[in-house]
Amino acid sequence: MARTDPKKDVVIIGLGWTGSILGMELAQEGLEILALERGPDRETVPDFQYPNVIDELKYGIRLGFMQKPRNSTLTVRRSLTETAQPYRRLGSFLPGDGVGGAGIHWNGQTWRPMAEEFRLKSYVEESFGADIIPEGMTIQDWGVSYDELEPYFDRFEYMAGIAGKAGNLNGEIQPGGNPFEAPRSRDYPMPPMKQGVDAQMFEQAARAMGLHPFPRPAANATQAYTNEYGMQLGPCNYCGFCERYGCANYSKSSPQTCVLDALKRMPNFSYKVNSEVLKIELAEDRATATGVTYFDEAAQEEVFQPADLVIVAAYSLHNVHLMLLSGIGDPWDPVTQTGTTGKNYAYQMNGGTSMFFRDVEFNPFAAAGSNGVSIDDYAINQIDFAREGFIGGSYITAGISNGQPIRGISLPAGTPSWGAGWKQGIGDWYGHSMSIGSHGSNMAYRDCYLDLDPTYTDRHGRPLMRMTFNWKDNDIRMTQFMRSKIEPIAEAMQPDSWRSSYKSEGAQYDVRPYQTTHNVGGAIMGEDRETSSLNRYLQTWGQHNVFVMGASAFPQNIQYNPTGAVGALAYWAADAIRRDYLPNPRPLV
Amino acid sequence: MKTFLRLILVLAVIGVVALIAFIFIPVQRTPAQTALAADYTVPEGQGEYTMRLADCAACHTADDGVPFAGGRPIESPLGTIYSSNITPDPETGIGNYTLADFRAALVDGLRRDGTHLYPAMPYENYRMLSEEDIRALYAYFHDQLEPVSNPTPETELSFPFNQRWALRGWNWLALGDPGFTSTLSDAELARGEYLVTGPGHCGACHTPRSPIMTQAALTGADDAFLSGGEIAGWTAPALRGANSAIRGWSAADIRLIFATGRNAHSAVNGEMQLVIRDSTQFFSDEDLDAIAGYLVHLNSGEQAPAEPTETATEQLLASADPSMDLGPRLYLDNCGACHFVNGRGADEVFPELDGSSLVTANSPTGLISMILHGGELPSTAERPERLRMPGFAHRLSDDEVATLASFLRQGWTNDAGPVSAADVSALRDEPATN
Repeated sequence: MARTDPKKDVVIIGLGWTGSILGMELAQEGLEILALERGPDRETVPDFQYPNVIDELKYGIRLGFMQKPRNSTLTVRRSLTETAQPYRRLGSFLPGDGVGGAGIHWNGQTWRPMAEEFRLKSYVEESFGADIIPEGMTIQDWGVSYDELEPYFDRFEYMAGIAGKAGNLNGEIQPGGNPFEAPRSRDYPMPPMKQGVDAQMFEQAARAMGLHPFPRPAANATQAYTNEYGMQLGPCNYCGFCERYGCANYSKSSPQTCVLDALKRMPNFSYKVNSEVLKIELAEDRATATGVTYFDEAAQEEVFQPADLVIVAAYSLHNVHLMLLSGIGDPWDPVTQTGTTGKNYAYQMNGGTSMFFRDVEFNPFAAAGSNGVSIDDYAINQIDFAREGFIGGSYITAGISNGQPIRGISLPAGTPSWGAGWKQGIGDWYGHSMSIGSHGSNMAYRDCYLDLDPTYTDRHGRPLMRMTFNWKDNDIRMTQFMRSKIEPIAEAMQPDSWRSSYKSEGAQYDVRPYQTTHNVGGAIMGEDRETSSLNRYLQTWGQHNVFVMGASAFPQNIQYNPTGAVGALAYWAADAIRRDYLPNPRPLV
Repeated sequence: MKTFLRLILVLAVIGVVALIAFIFIPVQRTPAQTALAADYTVPEGQGEYTMRLADCAACHTADDGVPFAGGRPIESPLGTIYSSNITPDPETGIGNYTLADFRAALVDGLRRDGTHLYPAMPYENYRMLSEEDIRALYAYFHDQLEPVSNPTPETELSFPFNQRWALRGWNWLALGDPGFTSTLSDAELARGEYLVTGPGHCGACHTPRSPIMTQAALTGADDAFLSGGEIAGWTAPALRGANSAIRGWSAADIRLIFATGRNAHSAVNGEMQLVIRDSTQFFSDEDLDAIAGYLVHLNSGEQAPAEPTETATEQLLASADPSMDLGPRLYLDNCGACHFVNGRGADEVFPELDGSSLVTANSPTGLISMILHGGELPSTAERPERLRMPGFAHRLSDDEVATLASFLRQGWTNDAGPVSAADVSALRDEPATN
């Protein structure tokens, strides 16, 4: 029997980065806000307390901060003809849960996409002609330009306290920064991180080859820092426990360190944990939402929470799942190519070359999630797509993020994988390897999408979401191109040995090994209601009081880690809601 | 001989009469020191603000209790004293107090029925309250607060401390003149002096106590004032003099710690966390500046601590030599991640340990408690983050905590005495102060 609670002005689904940001921005308008978080509450102490959190088995292997598939998962297939199977064991990607969401267990790499990426389809057509876009590739423009978003990137970077080095300040190229980045209005709020031996070696080699290395932009503080909300970060001590862990040291930007204690002081804001939203409820005419129904774990009952404004701020995959379950937008049909919800799911095409140096001590235990050096010489705006035969790009990077013993030891080809030989290899090679990675874009395709599974249901009886995804030739050509650029750098560094791992022709998506938790698309933003789920302000085309945050809005994947763009879009949408929507609630486009 | 006996008898009678008089003749109440206009009304908001200035919540609100409904146990050297209900409930609170009754409680330490309050109530300091502030407090507690019926536990001290009448004599020795007169000509400094000595009652903890437990000094003109005291076994550091915890601090440093509980040097701990939480964070900018200015003034003759240079301790820690002693090893394994090898932490986030008044306090209680149980900064408007140091009780034995604490007290430029495992053991099961 569902309970109905008193109406709120705003209900926010999910209390991670975007839920926290929207909570803060809308609370400043005096609105009564309730955030619903399906996972538990989390605070630096005791949840990330030193030294308890420095436990690779508990959090790195057994994934203590991630969602449990028994509570929430999806099914996966690689083509329209396969039968999808449930993702019963986390592997390829690791959605977080709990307060802070994935914002607690990320590495902290905080990039801005290239200006060209926001209008990728137009850029390709103008620069190389529409006919280079392969059959079945469904890339689109975002409907918002880099120039429009620049102030919101700036806002997010200063709120989150990002350490880096500008490469383009208002059009002036800055030595030591990324010369290929879009212009930024001011430098990062903190100086870049210190670099390990591997990054320094890569930097030297890259520079010697005429390339343009620069420090990675990092949400790992390099100084004591206070942001616009008065929230504070302490300097990172390079303990090497970022990804998969909460930060013990108040050093990694997260909702906890950057927003939440300030938000919790707002008397008009409250939040409930262990409260999973099951459905966004729509009015009879379907032109607006009336609120959400959630499962209150403590009371063991369904609750209808009425609200005037619904902010969907769960993980990107869950945003799409909720929209599909709630009838927001028509589901994408890959055959008729109609509908929008679930369209253009995309991932990230990564590859890398590992190198072994018998005589170099890399001290990998002194590291952080985002220290490292990158080059953007092979980025999207530097590649002739027509000549190279693919659309996309990648940043190339070196930076050891940890020296954790279970997962963090790379061994040269030919080392036994068990027994005395393996032990010998571990002893010989711990701290003697580094890698150069390619972190690349992934285009959108007609048959890479999200819909509801016809067979499997979750513990609430709702259909699971089904992911249909596979690697495509275009992106494999992109990563092979990156291989052809990385291997010469690796050879120039004269390792004792090296081995490469890049997807090659015929590669199939495999959900078992970890790849990246950069799942994007499915609720994409755009200029046209026929081809996108959200307008340029992240407002659903059909229900003007529903706004959907997160990387689900990306029409295809960028060549960078998504959080910078997710943060900028959240501030962009919050600003539109505050300035334009609240005074006169209506479709903003 | 007869004469002598008679004299003895007379003296005895006089003594008995005097004692009876001492016990039973009502104490004269101090009258208002300023005659306010007959139509004087307390300005809007001044009642609540003055309550913040005087930090009434610190004692009169129990943990998880209704604000100002009393019942908070206050540990004193004489035993546990329970604070009273100061909401306007007629039965259990101050509902029946007239202004004169209320004033007598603040400046004379007298209950409405004339019995003496224990000086856990800082009437030694509140005696300096201006009549306007007394009226503001009365307006707030008597007229603005909602009454809360909450009988508070009777305070039962052991003999002779349960003889409240004897406080009459104590008061003769303890109390200064009523009202406040500054010796400083600068109006802002004088305001700061008033706030520190009167409503802020800083001296209640930060001034040493005499052998009979009176505050050794009540005004800034006396060097003993704010020269360091004790609260619940923790050292309340000196705020002036050669060992001043705040010497070398700028007015901005001092303002920030009162507004936020943290600054570039330090973070408040122990009872002071409650002072920030309930009181000083709500002070106006003008009053924070006045207090900061006054405390800088009190420290104007003191030498700031020397600029940090690389110490032997820092060199040892940075060497990461596996053969180093247990103390520095424990530091590297437990503390260095935030406080760093130079013991200087990071501005406003990780407090300095080198030169820290908590680390080098005469009583190691605070330091030991911090290591065992951790501490949390209060959320304030200017710095909302409840930065929390975890406790290490689950991880370190009594011997290890003692070794670590002794290392800290001798590390860098610190020079304080060692800590024993017995000191640690006594505090292991104490709940964290906050």
